[in-house]
Order: sequence, then structure tokens, then C-alpha cells
Amino acid sequence: MTVKIYIPRDAAALSLGAEKVAKAVAQEVANRGLDARIVRNGSRGMFWLEPLVEVEVDGKRIGYGPVKANDVSMLFDAGLITGGDHTLCLGEVENLPFLKEQTRLTFARCGITDPLSLKDYEAHGGLKGLRRAADMAAADIVKDVTDSGLRGRGGAGFPTGIKWKTVLDAPGERKYIVCNADEGDSGTFADRMIMEGDPFVLIEGMAIASLATGATKGFVYTRSEYPHAIAVMTEAVEIARKAGILGSSVLGSGKSFDMEVRTGAGAYVCGEETALLNSLEGKRGVVRAKPPLPAHKGLFNCPTVINNVISLASVPVIIDKGATFYRDFGMGRSRGTIPLQIAGNVKHGGLYETAFGLSLGDIVDKIGGGTRSGRPVKAVQVGGPLGAYFPRELFDTPFDYEAFAAKDGLIGHAGIVVFDDTADMLTQARFAMEFCAVESCGKCTPCRIGSIRGVETADKIARGIEPEKNRALLADLCNTMKFGSLCALGGFTPYPVMSAMTHFPEDFSPVPLIEAAE
Amino acid sequence: MSLHLGSGEIAARAGVIIDCMKSMEGPLLPILHGIQEEFGYVPQDTLPLIAKALNLSRAEVHGVMTFYHDYRDHPAGRHVLKLCRAESCQSMGGDALADRIKQLLGIDFHQTTPDGSVTLEPVYCLGLCACSPAAMLDGELHGRLDNEAAEELVMEARR
Repeated sequence: MTVKIYIPRDAAALSLGAEKVAKAVAQEVANRGLDARIVRNGSRGMFWLEPLVEVEVDGKRIGYGPVKANDVSMLFDAGLITGGDHTLCLGEVENLPFLKEQTRLTFARCGITDPLSLKDYEAHGGLKGLRRAADMAAADIVKDVTDSGLRGRGGAGFPTGIKWKTVLDAPGERKYIVCNADEGDSGTFADRMIMEGDPFVLIEGMAIASLATGATKGFVYTRSEYPHAIAVMTEAVEIARKAGILGSSVLGSGKSFDMEVRTGAGAYVCGEETALLNSLEGKRGVVRAKPPLPAHKGLFNCPTVINNVISLASVPVIIDKGATFYRDFGMGRSRGTIPLQIAGNVKHGGLYETAFGLSLGDIVDKIGGGTRSGRPVKAVQVGGPLGAYFPRELFDTPFDYEAFAAKDGLIGHAGIVVFDDTADMLTQARFAMEFCAVESCGKCTPCRIGSIRGVETADKIARGIEPEKNRALLADLCNTMKFGSLCALGGFTPYPVMSAMTHFPEDFSPVPLIEAAE
Repeated sequence: MSLHLGSGEIAARAGVIIDCMKSMEGPLLPILHGIQEEFGYVPQDTLPLIAKALNLSRAEVHGVMTFYHDYRDHPAGRHVLKLCRAESCQSMGGDALADRIKQLLGIDFHQTTPDGSVTLEPVYCLGLCACSPAAMLDGELHGRLDNEAAEELVMEARR
């Protein structure tokens, strides 16, 4: 029987040499005349083990990693094809604690299947949600999503079902489903992994959204920094269209829905939903004032569902297994699972899908295993460049929308970036302002000008110029940006700045250079 | 990518792209991407053509083109090295690595080496945050960069 050897095509695995490994494996298979087939899967999300090569033996997947191209020949000598032992052998991949302790609902197939095989997709539970939705009334689909407690995974945490209901109830001949795949937050890669590792689940989620709201056209708006995700998504849409999942009659339901993949052009602010809509329309990615809400007047002034990749990719399992199944996971008003992305200076970085409620300390110390540098953890930034820096004293905060808000932070898109004790928090605060200045769309003054003044003020503090006065000025500036900006870019930049200043005051009191020189 | 094209040739090649995409919903970004892919940058001469085809003012097209970081108004070097400057890469020494690469190339961000071989650009996140620091050389990704790997990357780019 042909043996299957899995080598990821995920961008992160590729960045660590997966392509060279795949070539070396193909060479060995040919040279040794073995009956084996290489499958290019997505990533399991254990990036310290990438490139992770897996071999299917007696229905079990034995892993080897991290594999370098010049390890391959030795691995074959050690009997890789039959799951033979070697120092790189990790045993059965499913049994690795990092994977075993997760609750993979949205990422159930990611890293397991061939991302572009519809047969694989269906064999692993794919399309069940859409099939069920095709037999349901639109309002019932919306009710299931509402009852599941699913909230926007892009960061805002708005209830997805309410958004869908607004679009369903909005009058309009033409409605759109827009998938926000403009994943620009540092420390996040969940959207990228789904698009590269299980693109059909996103297509299925968007198709269900179309049945729920009466939309006929969908767009996936992705970043130009994600060429691999764009390529896989585009191919998957083509395959889905040929298979009748997309087109004039979605799975024979008689309802039409088709979609396109669009590429952004390097503007972070286009991750903000109204800027994204402007960009899709071919305009500058400038934020729109709300109201009107996109659900009423969105893309080309039509009622539009705009959801993050993970929100949409979580819908198929909700419709398939029911609202109650999903809402039974989680805590408080944060229901279901959240794909944590553990990144930065961390030993075991990767994607960890789990129910809401783990403490930040457990995530960083136990799951992440502490810093990669081996030094003490100083700060953890949660929620991307607009998220707060958390000190160790706040590590008991449970991972939950409300709990993080109560500590003047946000969970955002669930990216967690770990810093060791070499980090200087004034530098990080300055960067937050600099990033806002580079990426501001320019429409509102607090963001456009406040960010520039923020950089200047941080520089003055660093140079020891009237530090007390300038710290007060920086705090005042943050207050203006927080309450006066039109969108989250200017409005949330104060989170990293103020958290750095509040929790790490020692970094904001540098020895004045002038005095030091005397 | 050609450097010295006559405006006639630019117009002809851009015209094909515009005609093929103008019926899309929201065609401006796809057209600008198409033109940049064709020429390596967005030649000024193409802006009035796009404006006319889409019934926009030239100012609007100019406004869009200059809003987005990706579109260039002049050709890049033979290779483009994009280095991530975002927080995750900072936490793994990305700033020091950037300084090292700038020193090796003798240029700053947004500049091209005098021999035209490499353009160095900052990028804010490549989604490789569990393998920081990261870079992209002509579309090829490189994660967990250390000084040695960065030097190899620079050598490869300078070829």
C-alpha cells in the first residue's frame, strides 16, 4: 500500500525550509524505489517543530521534526517509511501534549488534510454544516449562530448572529459577504493558517452566511504579505465552484453565491472594516464614519456582512454540531473556542485552539514554555500592535473579552507576543506611536497628528527632557486619541502606550543624558 | 521588468490589463496590482489611462495609488528584501538584525543599493510570528533568521 508522507506547505513551514525537505524526500523516495506519496498539508501549528514531517503508519501519524533537508537521507536510513526511531522522531503526533490538550473545532482539519482535496475535506467532516444549512430557513441559521454565542474573532467581539440578522432584515436586492482576511496584527497568523491549511472551511462558512442573509456575492480581502494564502484560497475557490459548492445553485439549494479573492496593497488600516470596504471599492483605505453600519450600507452601499476569517470558519461546526455544542465551551460571555497564537520570544510558539478562560500565565509559561532566549518574561503584548502590554503581575487574567477589558487590555485577534527582560518598554511605546503614524489613514486628527506628537514626546522622555511633564503630556495625548479617533487604529494605540507606562514606570524614567554628561 | 519603455509601449501593455479587468466590481486595486506586476512599478503615464477607463479623475487614481504602501512610482532593485519590523520580530532581536542588514547593504529602508541589486523595505508582519525574526526575499519567506542566515540572504540578494 502506498505510504503517505506529509510535509507542510504552510508559509511558516516554508520559511523554515519545508520546500527543500519536500524535494529531498521526493528524491529519497525515487532513489530507494519506495511506494510512497507526498501530501503537502497545512501546519499543525507547532512551529518549533517545523518543518514537521509525518508518516502514516497503520492509521497513525508518526512525526519527525524539526527536519532539515540534510537530515532526510538519515531519516530514511532509520526507517522513516515505517515510523522508525530516530532522535528527531516525536512519536504519534496526536499524542504530543501541545496538540492533545487543545480543543480543535475551527482548526479541526488544519495540518491533517490536504488543503486542496475536497475528498479529504468531506472525509473529515467538511460540508456537513453547509448541507444542513441548505435545508434550513435563513432565520433559523441566524438563530443558531446567535445562540452559539459566537463573537467577532477579528478583535471587536461583536456578536456574529446579531450582525447577520441585521443584514437578513435589511432590504436590498444585492447583499454581500465580505471576509476580513487582512490579518495585519503582529503576533497573529490564525487566518493565514486556515487559508493555507483548510481553505474550504472558510468557503463553507461564507456560503452558510450567504444562505443566512440572502447575499449572492462574497469577497475575501487578504493582505499582499500573504502570497501563499492568496494562492491556496484562489485555487480552492476554483475547486469549490467546479464542485457546485459555489455558483448559481449552492449544493443544489437553488440559491446563488459566488466569491472572489482580493488582495490588499500593504495598508494596515484596511483591516478596519469600513476602510476595507472602501479599499474593495477601489478607493483609498480611509475609514468611514458609522452610522451607517456596513450591515445597512456596506460594500457599494449594499447590506454587507463583514466578518473575520476565524468567525466565518467557526460557523460550519456550529451549524453541523449545533449552537449548544459550541456555546458549552468557554466562560462568561466569551463562548466557544479561541485560536490563541503564541508568538515572539517564546519556546513553544504556535497555534493553540482552546475554550476561553485559560489564564495568561498558563498560556505563556505552561503552554508556551517561557522565553526562547531562556531569560525571564518581562511583558506580553496581547491583541496585536493595538493591544496592551501585560506584566507578570497580571498573569492571572483569564483569556476572555471582558476580563481583558477590565484590566485595560483587549484580546483582539488573540495574538500573544512574549518579550524577555531585555525589552525596553519606552521603546515599545514609541513604536506603537510610530506604527500608528505610518499606518494612519489620515482622516481624523487625533490619530494623524497625535501619533506623530506621541513619537516626539516619547523621544523627549528618552532623552530625559522634562520627563515628568512629558509623561503627563503623553498620557493626555493618549486620552485624546482614545476618545477622539474615528476607528480602533488611533483609538487603541493608547493601549500599548499607557500599559507600558503604567506597568513599567522604571523604563520611562531614564537617566537624563544632560546630567550624565556632566 | 523593463526600464526604458516608450510611452506608446506602456500605453499598449497597460491598455490590455485595464481592458481585461475594468468590468470587475471595484477594479482599481486589481488594475494597479496588474500594472505593477507587468512593469515592476506603476508608471505615471498609466494613471490617465486608468482614470479614463474607469470614469475617474486622474487625481482620484493618483490618490489611491499613493495611499497604499505597495505601489511604487519607480522601479525597485532587481531583488526586494522585506524585513519585518513588527513587535514579534522586535522581541527576537529584529531591530539589531535590521541594523546589521542595513550595514551589510549600505542602505536604509526604502532605499536601493547603488548597483541596483537590492531594495530594502520594512514590512509590518509576515504572519510568521512564531518563527521571528522573519523576512521575505522576492516572495520567498525566511523565518528564525540569525546573523549568519541574514548574511547569506544578503549575499543571495546581491547576486
